[in-house]
Amino acid sequence: MRLIMTKRPPLSGWIQVLLPIGAILVTLVLSAIPILFAGGELWLSFYSLFKGALGTRYNLLETFTHAAPLTFTGLAVAFAFRAKFWNIGAEGQLLAGAIAAAWVGINAPPLPAFVLIFLICLAGFLAGGAWATIPAFLKNKLKVDDVVSSLLLNYVMWHIMGFLLFGPMQMPGSSWPRSAAIAQAAHFPVLLSRSRFHLGILLAAIAVLVVWFINSKTELGFQSRAVGANARAAAFGGINVNSVIFKTALISGGLAGMAGVGEVAGIHFHLLMDISPGFGYSGIVIAMLGRLHPVGTALSAFFFSTVIVGAQSMSRMTGVPTYIADVIQAMALLVMLIALLFTEYRIRVVRD
Amino acid sequence: MEQIFNLTFLAGLLGAMIRMATPIIFGTMGEIIAERSGVLNLGIEGIMLMGAMTGFLTTLHTGSLWLGVLAAALVGILLSLLMAFLSVILGLSQHVSGLGITLLSTGLAMFIYRLSVGSPVSPPTVKPFSPLAIPLLSNLPVVGKAFFNQYSLVYIAFLLIPIIWVLLFKTSWGLVIRTVGENPLAADTVGINVNLVRTLCLAAGGALMGIGGAFLTLAHQNMFLIEVVGGRGWVCIAMVIFGNWNPIKGAGGALLFGFLDGLQLRLQGIWYKIPFHLFLVIPYLITIIALATMSRRTASPAGLLKPYRREEKG
Repeated sequence: MRLIMTKRPPLSGWIQVLLPIGAILVTLVLSAIPILFAGGELWLSFYSLFKGALGTRYNLLETFTHAAPLTFTGLAVAFAFRAKFWNIGAEGQLLAGAIAAAWVGINAPPLPAFVLIFLICLAGFLAGGAWATIPAFLKNKLKVDDVVSSLLLNYVMWHIMGFLLFGPMQMPGSSWPRSAAIAQAAHFPVLLSRSRFHLGILLAAIAVLVVWFINSKTELGFQSRAVGANARAAAFGGINVNSVIFKTALISGGLAGMAGVGEVAGIHFHLLMDISPGFGYSGIVIAMLGRLHPVGTALSAFFFSTVIVGAQSMSRMTGVPTYIADVIQAMALLVMLIALLFTEYRIRVVRD
Repeated sequence: MEQIFNLTFLAGLLGAMIRMATPIIFGTMGEIIAERSGVLNLGIEGIMLMGAMTGFLTTLHTGSLWLGVLAAALVGILLSLLMAFLSVILGLSQHVSGLGITLLSTGLAMFIYRLSVGSPVSPPTVKPFSPLAIPLLSNLPVVGKAFFNQYSLVYIAFLLIPIIWVLLFKTSWGLVIRTVGENPLAADTVGINVNLVRTLCLAAGGALMGIGGAFLTLAHQNMFLIEVVGGRGWVCIAMVIFGNWNPIKGAGGALLFGFLDGLQLRLQGIWYKIPFHLFLVIPYLITIIALATMSRRTASPAGLLKPYRREEKG
């Protein structure tokens, strides 16, 4: 018995939109398995998940707040994957951005808030971008596999942050790995009262539009798609592939760096070791579920934010560990991957 | 300084090198088998974590260390079969399937561990493997204690290196595996079931990855912490490339990593005023540099990353 797969003509636009929604529904059904395994009552679990994420004004705004870093890392991964630059290093790039933002926020001279906020964003973007250009450089010049180098660099940046927080950047007089507070003027303003809905969420929304614009209206967007589709053909057509990969890496890493800026300037106001609970890795799932499209990425970031925020209250109500959110994310990725196969291939099972 | 860098120091460092290299050797051998058949298994990081967790919990509940190792191998096989279903049978992107397996395994490992032990103030521990001294050899000066007074899993890891080398390069099975990895169409033409060979190679490799994870919680340490694998799976992927898909050269890379890991631990103790994270970074940094120097001189199996579908020849 074996599977026969034949390419099918591209499906209509509607199916392309319905696909992620279907994948999410299948994932939610599958997530019943670990929930039941953990002894959670099924309906109460789902009820408390959605109630906890969307049920009250405060919770809904928390879900938006949590979606901001996820949107940034999702965009970072999506932008890189579109050019088949396998940037799995959004986590490290996020940390680089957070470190740079915290450093500027702590050490900058007194400046008007809007100048300082602009400066920390710039520092975070550039730090994340610069960190992402390392795997791009290694890929272009030395043929080093980008998956491996970008993954390993996550650990390098994590330990650099550890060094800084136990060393030069540690808050004076503290024995905890925690930096001094950033200047008050560097705090992202809260946009809606009685919540943590801060400027970073607006910036994430703007980033969605900017990435959409780059993808569909600029030469770089066109070239990075051409490189992603077929690098050899793109080079033959006169595109400087190395330069496109380099620019793509810079923007991708910069977007991930912005996730770190938002966490420092909008949420914690210090640099901490646990500044990111794996936002960079979630970005991979989010980008895939968003089909590498910026708007899809934002929507899928919101969905996963719902799962992550909701898992907290699910855990309180039913005792199911909050790690259920990580399991659901991974299942969503695998389900989406299989769903995509059905759009590209007609699959038949035959007996030999 | 002279008092620190003496023979005892050297013996300790060599012993640590062998110990720290062991999980990397298990993982690297497992990954080489999979990649030689044409499948990049990026699930390795998660599979090692699941192996570490499963081995630990099994030993915690049964009291048997070897049952823990067996359970870790089994969970490695199971996860690799899922990887095979996605990347071989369905022919999905090996990159994304593997990352999916790692994310799923990471989530599951933490989920199951938390479910099983709750959130106690101090994590539960097991009585780990104790070193097994080899008669006579372990009495040799310096190298005796370093090489021949180790955990049994260490000896198994080092025996695996020549075994897998012989298997891949000196047996007909090895020829089948390499043909499937280099030229699946040719393998299919002579009647080899390409997808079956790839599935079996993934499963065998997964067992080794799982055991490599179990080494971390049953020998190297005696408890399960979420960061226990801490990127060692990715280091294995790097060592496969560094070793040009050859078990012996790959093991050489693993020993280099083990040496640096053992060295940084000792430097932490000597220069304790410098934050230890600066030393922790060394093995990862050198791994990247090793890749940068070697990558242009290596060549992956020609069929790597390409799903084999008979309908799409060529």
